[in-house]
Amino acid sequence: MLSKRIIPCLDVRDGKTTKGVKFKENVDIGDPVEMARFYYEEGADEIVFYDITASSDRRDIMIDVVRRVAEEIFIPFSVGGGIRTVEDMRGVLLAGAEKVSINTEAIKNPKIISKGARAFGSQCIVLGMDVKKIESSKKIPSGYEIVIHGGRTYTGIDALAWAKEAENLGAGEICLNSIDSDGTKEGYELVLTSLISENVNIPVIASGGAGKISHLYDVLTEGKADAALIASIVHYRTYTIKEIKETLHAKGVKVRRTWM
Amino acid sequence: MIAIIDYEAGNLKSVERALKKLGFPCRITQDKEDVLNSDRIIFPGVGAAGKAIADLRHLGLDKALMQAFENGKSLLGICLGAQIILEKSEENNTPCLGLIEGDVKLFPSPLFSEEKEHLKIPHMGWNSVRLLKRHPVLEGIRPHDEFYFVHSYYPMPASNKHVIGTTNYGIEFPSIIGHKNLISMQFHLEKSGNPGLRILRNFCEWNGYYAE
Repeated sequence: MLSKRIIPCLDVRDGKTTKGVKFKENVDIGDPVEMARFYYEEGADEIVFYDITASSDRRDIMIDVVRRVAEEIFIPFSVGGGIRTVEDMRGVLLAGAEKVSINTEAIKNPKIISKGARAFGSQCIVLGMDVKKIESSKKIPSGYEIVIHGGRTYTGIDALAWAKEAENLGAGEICLNSIDSDGTKEGYELVLTSLISENVNIPVIASGGAGKISHLYDVLTEGKADAALIASIVHYRTYTIKEIKETLHAKGVKVRRTWM
Repeated sequence: MIAIIDYEAGNLKSVERALKKLGFPCRITQDKEDVLNSDRIIFPGVGAAGKAIADLRHLGLDKALMQAFENGKSLLGICLGAQIILEKSEENNTPCLGLIEGDVKLFPSPLFSEEKEHLKIPHMGWNSVRLLKRHPVLEGIRPHDEFYFVHSYYPMPASNKHVIGTTNYGIEFPSIIGHKNLISMQFHLEKSGNPGLRILRNFCEWNGYYAE
């Protein structure tokens, strides 16, 4: 049977890995290529990079990072952040990424999903969604709204409706980030995750809120996630990926346990 | 020299990078002569079977591949490369190369696990392979090793003798198939960590002989 995937996430700014809480106060924590290699050897199933470089004229720094990562690690990895066109997608895919992830741009211009899927295949296109819980209303029946700009701007789009639309447009996977849980270390948003995962036929990666291994267990079972994104808990060595996997395995979750 | 066939269908670069890492000289090529003059041939591929076959034909590489197979050259198909070697694909009813008798099938839908959980299609992520036969290219692979899959169709040879390994995803499907000097895997060796690199290295040292 398919294993549940454990995916470390690296935020990269100007070629350096950074970590912030709720999109604020970023500090540099290392070289993305070295960190990717380290997690690869530690048993990561995939790696996600978000380029949070502010200015677009420094985009080439990220392409260089992608190229160097691709020479070092032989598992899939995705790159998101600042991707606005099919040409931007082509750039990171040719540099060696397996997938690209699009978020804000897909909301402004949903056709980029179908264009990307046609050009490179759905398996390459990951839809990133930042979601906040709100009062459910006629406009937002699920009670979960898509937000952008790190949660500062509400879009008026229902998260569930958007997930289904993106799937129809050709997205191959969803990376679902709960802004409410992100950075709290109090656990993933289980209700949101299972709602989306059970209503689409593409894999869902849960993101935001991992603080303990039991949080991963919860989101991979009750939350019905296909994969769990982790950041601080491995960046600050609270746990190793091996520890996480052994614990999950002991609790009956199927994970990949041999890689060397 | 190892030829990596470029028929504009997928992640050739990652296969090239993996071979470089292992220290085997290789060349990405669309040239028939290049293919026929190489010692070994790898044909990766992602995307639709119809387009892949059309591109191969357009470049004359379908004949080159069949010729190389006849000549006893070691051949490795990856992902879509494991499908186009059969006779035809259910994906838009595409006629394929026919190096191995059998069809390419779409996963049944809906698909359920043994625990009655609904399974998503494509089959995407890490899964293990049950090895039914020994094969020189698979030396050193352990039962718990997992490989990275992304696909909605799977190869189904007509005869069991061509099925070397199977994988479970709602159904038990052939994930490694082979015949004589040809071996193919449905998963992405180049994205499957060390077990994948191990298979790639074995292939690069394989003389093409396999006692069926």
